[in-house]
Amino acid sequence: MNNLISLRDGAAQVVTDDPWIVLREDHAPADSPLILPLARWRERQAPAVLQGAAVSRDGLLLGADDDPMELQPWLGVLPLIAIDFPSFRDGRGYSQAYLLRTRLGWRGELRAVGDVLRDQLSHMRQCGFDSFAVREDKHVHDALKGLAGMSVQYGRSVIEPRPLFRRRSQS
Amino acid sequence: MYYYDEYDHALVRERVAQFRDQVQRRLSGELSEEEFLPLRLHNGLYLQKHAYMLRVAIPYGTLSARQLRTLASIARDYDRDYGHFTTRQNIQFNWIELEQVPDILERLAEVEMHAIQTSGNCVRNITTEAFAGVAADELLDPRPLAEILRQWSTVNPEFLFLPRKFKIALCAAEQDRAAVPMHDVGLYLYRDAAGELLARVMVGGGLGRTPILSQVIRDGLPWQHLLSYVEAILRVYNRHGRRDNKYKARIKILVKALGIEAFAAEVEAEWQHIKDGPAELTDAEYQRVAAAFAPPPYAALADTDLDFGTALAGDAAFARWVSRNVQPHKVPGYASVVLSTKPGASLPPGDVTSAQMDAVAGLAERYGFGEIRVAHEQNLVLPDVRKADLHPLWQQAVSVGLGSANIGLLTDVIACPGGDYCALANAKSIPIAQAIQQRFEDAEALHALGDISLNISGCMNACGHHHIGNIGILGVDKNGSEWYQVTIGGAQGKASALGKVIGPSFSAAEVPEVIERLVETFDEQRQGDERFIDTVQRVGIEPFKARVYRKAEAPA
Repeated sequence: MNNLISLRDGAAQVVTDDPWIVLREDHAPADSPLILPLARWRERQAPAVLQGAAVSRDGLLLGADDDPMELQPWLGVLPLIAIDFPSFRDGRGYSQAYLLRTRLGWRGELRAVGDVLRDQLSHMRQCGFDSFAVREDKHVHDALKGLAGMSVQYGRSVIEPRPLFRRRSQS
Repeated sequence: MYYYDEYDHALVRERVAQFRDQVQRRLSGELSEEEFLPLRLHNGLYLQKHAYMLRVAIPYGTLSARQLRTLASIARDYDRDYGHFTTRQNIQFNWIELEQVPDILERLAEVEMHAIQTSGNCVRNITTEAFAGVAADELLDPRPLAEILRQWSTVNPEFLFLPRKFKIALCAAEQDRAAVPMHDVGLYLYRDAAGELLARVMVGGGLGRTPILSQVIRDGLPWQHLLSYVEAILRVYNRHGRRDNKYKARIKILVKALGIEAFAAEVEAEWQHIKDGPAELTDAEYQRVAAAFAPPPYAALADTDLDFGTALAGDAAFARWVSRNVQPHKVPGYASVVLSTKPGASLPPGDVTSAQMDAVAGLAERYGFGEIRVAHEQNLVLPDVRKADLHPLWQQAVSVGLGSANIGLLTDVIACPGGDYCALANAKSIPIAQAIQQRFEDAEALHALGDISLNISGCMNACGHHHIGNIGILGVDKNGSEWYQVTIGGAQGKASALGKVIGPSFSAAEVPEVIERLVETFDEQRQGDERFIDTVQRVGIEPFKARVYRKAEAPA
């Protein structure tokens, strides 16, 4: 089980039957859909997928060093994009999520994987993530409490593109 | 002053509740220290040598009398009856129990204060000069944009886990009293001929292990684009700044590696996507915030005051204090007063007792509009004092130990807490400061030397800003013992310069003697009323070096 929290229509829920496997090592299980780095994803795809004629069965794993802009050609055929947090203190994934959602217009599932912990979930949510594979040794129901965060946000974010001063002035 | 509305209040209160929960989870073992570390740093809490240290934010160094009294009450109730004002215009409490931090934060929230982002790899407290709004040479008031930047950078979800800390300073006067070139982002605000508010944006400054002064990345940036432009800089830095080595993780290293042109091109490309979006500042927001900084109800006064003139003429000690501690004010009949937190050996630089804090709050109410500023030189400022009140104010400041007439002089030492408190330090700072202050106790001789800034840092992290001191002292570790490296020629302001190392380092006991020899060399080489820094720039470091080391190496 993936220790997964998912946002569906804004409501958070724990998902117990998530089929995805993040492939960091070489051995690939036979029948699960995989989440792969770009080079390996491309190797595995049928020509129809690469030509944009069919949707892929596999999701894409964006590493912290990777440039999200390189995913542009494949956005139409990807079922899911996962952004890797090699450490919860590595904040590159937040900017990658911002770019995917805002600059590239990615509307599909955007999953946080890796060192994903309760106290960062609200920041991830604000940057456009809508699913969160909480680190395996943590309780997913406990992590759920971190998702809401605080009710006030001064700046702007993916899910609230207007800074507080644009919302404040209306009140 | 800026007062919180319901949003500001809600944010700070929710943050206290959130951190209370995190502290509970740490105490119960649910959170490991590794997981808790960035959370507590985001709330200003360090673990030092002997205890936790809590660093409370004082946005752009502005405090109300009520807030200062609350800080005094925290010093009394939760610490050892004092606090330490820092070079980032904040205050630190050095003897804090983890269990009590949520209650302290709650007490702070009641007076619209917090400790959010005073440490950690995020945007830190926004700073500007202590005389903002009152300085005679001010071009415009930097505080509205400082407050707008403070809000924008507070809990901004994309930029809470940057490669390293990120410091922003603003200056909007002829003279730079905010040390802008040593910040990750520095903003010089000005108006063009048509009255349009513009910013010259500087990037890539910082001290620490690799001291670098910032460079201009963009001139003439209209104020409406300030947030989007800083956002573009932060996004480029967040994505591309180094994360493999904490000593190479500041933005200055990225700017140096790419070159300013290539870095600017990256920022420009990012900015083009967002500049005309919702991040563009509105006039309504600027006006809303600026209204909070409207001038207080000044009286219409003559610029000269007879009683003040008489006191000046008749009281040499007062006149000496006025010559160092009183700054010109933009309103006739008023002045700004600097209360020195550097009395000499009796208290470490920047340390202020709770009784002194209460006294300063009282002075601010009696002789001003209830406002106090913290200067990055760790002194306190009363911004709006009538010239007629300067003499009684001075007497009362002296009576509470805050009347030292030494602003900008050699004994106005800027020092980090150093090895007495800090787990990062290689060496102690405070005893060095005190030994130097003792050596230069003679007021006559001290004043004759004129402006000399002396900065002490206990390690490479450079919290005491030693690189930009006219004389800089850096604590270094040599095989487990404490040594001190000396630089001269550093300067802050628009003519910022990094000091040059004069040679091999010294033991703690040697330092006061070394400073004395530097001063003797200055005395010999000085032309007229030249300042120490001017002499160093004119004659170079050689004569200083020669004198310090020749004597040190002479046979006994």
